[in-house]
Amino acid sequence: MPKQLITLIVNGRRTEVAVEPRWTLLEMVREELRLSGSKEGCGTGDCGACSMIVDGRLVTSCLMLATQVDGRDVVTIEGLAKNGRLHPVQQAFIDTGGVQCGFCTPGMIMAAKSLLDRTPSPTLEEVREGLAGNLCRCTGYAKIYEAVMHAANAGK
Amino acid sequence: MRTFEYHAPTSLNEAISLLQEHGEAARPLAGGTDLVVQMKEKATKFAAPSHIVSLLRVPELSGVSFSESEGLRIGAGATMSQVADSPIIRERYRAIAEGAALVGSIQTMNMATVGGNLCNAAPSADIAPPLLAFEAEAVIVGPSGRRKLALEEFFLGPGKTALAADELLAEVRVPLPPPGMGSAYDRHTPRKQMDIAVVGVAAALTMAGERIERARVALGAVAPTPVRAPQAEAALEGQAPSDELFARAADVSAAECSPIADLRGSAEFRRHIVRVMTKRMLREALDRARSG
Repeated sequence: MPKQLITLIVNGRRTEVAVEPRWTLLEMVREELRLSGSKEGCGTGDCGACSMIVDGRLVTSCLMLATQVDGRDVVTIEGLAKNGRLHPVQQAFIDTGGVQCGFCTPGMIMAAKSLLDRTPSPTLEEVREGLAGNLCRCTGYAKIYEAVMHAANAGK
Repeated sequence: MRTFEYHAPTSLNEAISLLQEHGEAARPLAGGTDLVVQMKEKATKFAAPSHIVSLLRVPELSGVSFSESEGLRIGAGATMSQVADSPIIRERYRAIAEGAALVGSIQTMNMATVGGNLCNAAPSADIAPPLLAFEAEAVIVGPSGRRKLALEEFFLGPGKTALAADELLAEVRVPLPPPGMGSAYDRHTPRKQMDIAVVGVAAALTMAGERIERARVALGAVAPTPVRAPQAEAALEGQAPSDELFARAADVSAAECSPIADLRGSAEFRRHIVRVMTKRMLREALDRARSG
């Protein structure tokens, strides 16, 4: 199948990419744009390791076709740090030790950022719900929730 | 994923023409949370599509709107998040908002659409029982125009709907709820989030003074399609609400459904849960009807 040219914003920069119709957004970002922070865990939308923000909304990029983001705004984990400074959620994960093997971390951070954008002062229950679509095989959830609560407090 | 040709029509007519042109080789794609998974797993309930018709840019399918004369219109392309967050749905059609809020994770809710959930026609679709309880109608568009179908008649079996290959579900119309109506939906799952209903129950009660004027009970995951429980409804209508009445209606709804046994639960367990959840949803709907 011939490639199709799409234009989108990735982490604030306008980008043109030639994509195969069967590529997912995740495949395009990792293989073509070489932004390998987002991970493929399950490939079926269950684990959240591939979470990105498209037009302000958290999505699992393994279930979105690359062609479907033509003309849209995509933020990946690589887009969170600004001017060499980590995003407060990233810093909170480091400060509280919310990272073990690290595979789920980019998705967790995207989900946490998206949650805090909607709900700046979440309860623990809201954090658990906001991250329900992100699995940590190391089961380090307690520290992850702590990191998100910490980031929320730091943002006050 | 096998390769396919991707089409991004910008009107409903264009989308229908593409489906007509490519027939069974084409599949409409909305949020992708069911279809893309099936395509990746090579487990589509149909031949692997060689044409994908994306509905993302079809403006006629988007959005939620409401008027006092027309009631509620939910575009097939409205996402679960849009439905769950809609102030009018939360206020006047509470069970529908509750159903939408239970579909998967935040990520899933941001992608999955009402049309996709209905057209995938899983017996466990969380949006279906609440829509059945509100007597929603499916608005279907095809080459020869629009037709309306009661949502009950839209589902034909697991993964099967009344849609022809060149037709699309364009929107769902939900009548204005009468004054004095309360509704509720919940489901049973072993895990609170990210799970598929073992049983889902929606109830809607319309009170006239101290009597139940109209009762609607709809069940998910206990029959080949989402279904109404007409005998339970009949047992409730005209009666004064009480725990005994609700227990009786719950027994009737457990008896009239036809669950299967699978890894999520035995048929017997499902009937038991239907009984428990029907009582619970009736009580909730009654409380809401009374508190207006």
